[in-house]
Amino acid sequence: METLPTMALPAPERPRGRLSRAVANVLYRHGTLYLLLLLTPPLLWFGVVYLGSLLSLLVQSFYTFDDFTMGVTSDFTWANYRALLDAANHDIVLRTLGMAAAVTVASAVLGFPVAYYMARYATGWRKGFFYIAVMLPMWASYIVKAYSWTVLLSKGGIVYWLVERLYLLSALEWVLSVPGVGGSSLSTSNLGRFLVFTYVWLPFMILPIQAAIERVPGNLLQAAADLGARPAQSFRTVLLPLAFPGVVAGSIFTFSLTLGDYIIPQLVGPPGLFIGNMVYTMQGSIGNMPMAASFTVVPIVIIGLYLAVARRLGAFDAL
Amino acid sequence: MHSEARRDDGPRAPVWLRVLAYGGLVFLHFPILMVGLYAFNTEESAFSFPLKGLTLRWFRAAAEREDVLAAIQLSLRVALASTAVALVLGTLLAGALYRRRFFGKEALNLLVILPIALPGIITGIALLSAFRLADVSPNFWTIAVGHATFCVVMVYNNVVARLRRMPHSLLEASADLGADGFQTFRHVALPQMATSLLAGGILAFALSFDELIVTTFTAGHEKTLPIWLLDQLGRPRDVPVTNVVALWVMLITAIPILVAWRLTRGTEDVAGSSR
Repeated sequence: METLPTMALPAPERPRGRLSRAVANVLYRHGTLYLLLLLTPPLLWFGVVYLGSLLSLLVQSFYTFDDFTMGVTSDFTWANYRALLDAANHDIVLRTLGMAAAVTVASAVLGFPVAYYMARYATGWRKGFFYIAVMLPMWASYIVKAYSWTVLLSKGGIVYWLVERLYLLSALEWVLSVPGVGGSSLSTSNLGRFLVFTYVWLPFMILPIQAAIERVPGNLLQAAADLGARPAQSFRTVLLPLAFPGVVAGSIFTFSLTLGDYIIPQLVGPPGLFIGNMVYTMQGSIGNMPMAASFTVVPIVIIGLYLAVARRLGAFDAL
Repeated sequence: MHSEARRDDGPRAPVWLRVLAYGGLVFLHFPILMVGLYAFNTEESAFSFPLKGLTLRWFRAAAEREDVLAAIQLSLRVALASTAVALVLGTLLAGALYRRRFFGKEALNLLVILPIALPGIITGIALLSAFRLADVSPNFWTIAVGHATFCVVMVYNNVVARLRRMPHSLLEASADLGADGFQTFRHVALPQMATSLLAGGILAFALSFDELIVTTFTAGHEKTLPIWLLDQLGRPRDVPVTNVVALWVMLITAIPILVAWRLTRGTEDVAGSSR
């Protein structure tokens, strides 16, 4: 009998030790044991390092900070949480939430057309081009992106130069004089801060929406057209509802990232702390870890609620 | 009929949509291009536009700065260490979660994304508070541990996606041919996973190299490159060097990301999945 043609399989290894085969067999027969072995290292890491840290943070939020000695003792107190309700702290939370909501809405409005074009119209090389063109800024260094805007927005910088060339300086000054939006210049205004936030998180919104739209079968839209829907109608009643989980998925990023950021508020915009800045200052300059900890519970709770709602809206399948 | 014809040569987007889409791209790239341009600026201190002239002088100046080089080195070492941990943990998790159903699977899934879903400041301060409790002073490893925690998800996502597309019949065939679990892993599963591991590793590396918020809490006096940049923004004295370093950082993350993208593109046709 002729030898069989050698197949494109890896050459069989030299006979292996009985032990390794025995182990393999035991693992094969005892699925749970195998699973446990796989899971032990990651469970230890996430359980001890990550959850352990979160827990220690939570515990410390009930510790007592002595204003006089500037020291922390492990006496149980609700004082830190009660302090969150102070008007000043309250303002910080609302200011941060307002910005996070505004940035999320703006990202969705700006991001949707890009995502829609990517998913529905870009074909061939354009598809790859758009994908890379959105992905690269997303991965581009966060601090460099924030830095670039401090350069762009400064007086004498390119944005002012452009605005001047377009004879829009007085319009800009008018916008900057609106209370709540403006400030003495773009780089010290809420508008500037909002611009930077929206810019930095926008790709995190585009990609999930694009993925969601891509999953909507094209023949659904054709069916809508065949049944007499105008393009705007089928967009509104077919595509948008089906793509919405993508928007929610994107909003998880834009919302959560804005809520916790403290670098951009420090670099651009008017004075007035964000949650992140408060946490950083409390911990770093004052050494009041308990108060910092209780402040971090605010975004944890908000995002927890947000994630629960997002899950209901199907955002997790769109991630 | 009409829609058939349109599908063949690809639908054409309405003009306004094209304008919005390309406008979005311009918005996304303009600031980055400007940073690149300013790295060649002859002027020493200004952000003023238009530029007065272009020069390569600052690249040399940046390359001679000890503090810059030290920061780059630290960032690279941290990124390598945390990528290594993420590769191991992410692969184990992917192997455990991709097929089986078990109690707590959902929770585990959530736990893996939590470090990037929750704001970095929470992960950062939580780790710091735990290190304090454990009496560990900030050092190289505290930074790496923090980074590894949020890098795992990059590897996990890539590998789990690949495993889900890999037909299980491949593993069964391997077993039928007499291979034990280890052999099957080494000769069947691992080659299928290889590019996804590489891509996940690259993404984890890029994520770590660039991370700032968690790092500010877990680093003591150590300065990673992003922290160095942040420091510069506080006291803008070395503007030209800062511009050059910013350009470097962009390149160091952009190039690997492109490689990772190439590696994961078109993996729908993993060998044997066309059954």
